[in-house]
Amino acid sequence: MTSDANSPVAKVRNGVSHILLIAVAIVFMGPLVYAVATSLKPADEVFTPTPELFGSEIRWQNYADAFTFAPFGRYFLNSLFVAVAGTLVVVVASSLSAYAFARLRFRGREQLFVLFLGTLMVPQEVLIVPMYWLMQSLGWVDSYWALILPWAFTAFGTFLLRQFFLTVPVELEEAARVDGCGPFRSFLRIMLPLARPAIAVLTVFTFISFWGSFLWPLIIVNSVADKGTVPLGLAQFIGQQGTQWNLMMAASVLSMLPTILLVVLLQKHLVRGLLVTGLGGR
Amino acid sequence: MSTAQTTTVAPPAGRPSGGRPVGRRPALRKDGRYAGVFLAPSLVGLALFTLFPTAMALGISLFDWPVFGERKFLGIENYTHLLNDPVFRRVVLNTTLFVVLYVPLNVVVSLGLAVWLGPKIRGRQAFRVLFFIPVMTPMVANVMVWRLLFQPGGLIDGGMQSWFGVNAPNFLGSSNWAMPAVVAMSVWQGFGYNFLVFSAALDQVPQSQLESAQIDGAGPLQRFRYVTWPMITPSIFFATTMTLITSFQVFAQPFILTQGGPGVATQTIVMYVYNQGWQFLTMGLASAAGWVLFVIIMGITAIQFFGQKRWVHYDV
Repeated sequence: MTSDANSPVAKVRNGVSHILLIAVAIVFMGPLVYAVATSLKPADEVFTPTPELFGSEIRWQNYADAFTFAPFGRYFLNSLFVAVAGTLVVVVASSLSAYAFARLRFRGREQLFVLFLGTLMVPQEVLIVPMYWLMQSLGWVDSYWALILPWAFTAFGTFLLRQFFLTVPVELEEAARVDGCGPFRSFLRIMLPLARPAIAVLTVFTFISFWGSFLWPLIIVNSVADKGTVPLGLAQFIGQQGTQWNLMMAASVLSMLPTILLVVLLQKHLVRGLLVTGLGGR
Repeated sequence: MSTAQTTTVAPPAGRPSGGRPVGRRPALRKDGRYAGVFLAPSLVGLALFTLFPTAMALGISLFDWPVFGERKFLGIENYTHLLNDPVFRRVVLNTTLFVVLYVPLNVVVSLGLAVWLGPKIRGRQAFRVLFFIPVMTPMVANVMVWRLLFQPGGLIDGGMQSWFGVNAPNFLGSSNWAMPAVVAMSVWQGFGYNFLVFSAALDQVPQSQLESAQIDGAGPLQRFRYVTWPMITPSIFFATTMTLITSFQVFAQPFILTQGGPGVATQTIVMYVYNQGWQFLTMGLASAAGWVLFVIIMGITAIQFFGQKRWVHYDV
């Protein structure tokens, strides 16, 4: 703390600055607050001449009604299943290959790693056409396989975990190796437990990517009522006559809740996760 | 789809790439056969779901390739068709306009707030989490909320009526306002990502250097320009190129806010790919448009790769 930071002028300046920041945060939160407010209003009070935070009643019933208005129960279960399964594949595949790149010596390792990183450059939008054709060929159009597998192999997870594995002292494993511990046991018993924070970050960010993915489900799901995920279910609302905004906001808020919870839980590790946002389930 | 979907290989937050030098990394012996097992799932998955489709995308783009029915080899005809298609030209123009508006706004807002929220502000962790929320919540839900905001009679329109007595423009239905509306929504949704990148980079700037600069008589602007700025340029460069890449891939915001309208005023390249592929069922054309996008992104990646050498001070 330098001397002029304690002067009265600096204190006033900091105070004003802080108040302005809080004002910015409130404006920023406006859309989300408005969404929650709308989700609790009766249908005929969504659009009022003067914006109101509350309607004539707080209608929690909207949240139950959203589930009968559209099969949101089904959408949520589908999203949960796809996101959990996809995340599992991402974490297993990337931790295995990350271990190989960080610890095993084999010919062409550096070249192969560059190839891995190179795949990150290919945008999803280039892949969707041939991917659709591939799914057609495999008979996977409109299936859970198609929702889970195509985007569950990306080099992001490998890259993130490799960087973490490299920070683990080799001596830990060398001692185990002297005791006759092979790479598989070394990986399972030593590396994975140590890498728990990195794996937690990878897990959460991958889950969130799958949870929010929209373009691919839009393409590959034909029977929305059966295989639809939450974003698809929300998008179904748009075309309908006289959109039920209060119910739609209820469903939107519900779809946001798990991700908000995860962000708050993981707040200390968000920076590490920046590298892997959007790595699966795009 | 997440806008934060990334397609670059650079590390964030100003960390020079790479781990320890390869030669000094001790390794276990007889690893070759183990490596095969460890690598198998990722290798098979990446080959099947990334490498093969990338090549196939180029192949398909050379054909008249309907979803069902006869395929016919066309050579580069799909690409010449794109060049002459007024809709595709408009779509490239729209996407460029989005990028030109969105990227500077995003970087300025996120960098400005990150600098403003310096280490001396109380509760900065709460701000970080707050601004990061829309980055992580499902994009479709975010866009739905903004559709309601922009609606005639929605919050913006209602607020303007009751405070100023005038109607807000019909944002999503006006060819002048639709694109700015898409940009505004996208900045709100996306700036939290770069905010966190910049915020982490600013934390790395040693307070001692800032303080000694202050003792030497440097004002706040000089301290920012000569101490902070050189240290955060890697992050700024990283964030800008990443944001460029992801903003060329914009899809869900215009798709749900405006359906690309009015007319084709907010239709983007990815929407064009989607429409060609799954509305008109002409996969060849869709794939060619996808490859045009890929070439644009490769160009930006090349700029990032070569530009960082000349633009970024890693040596501070």
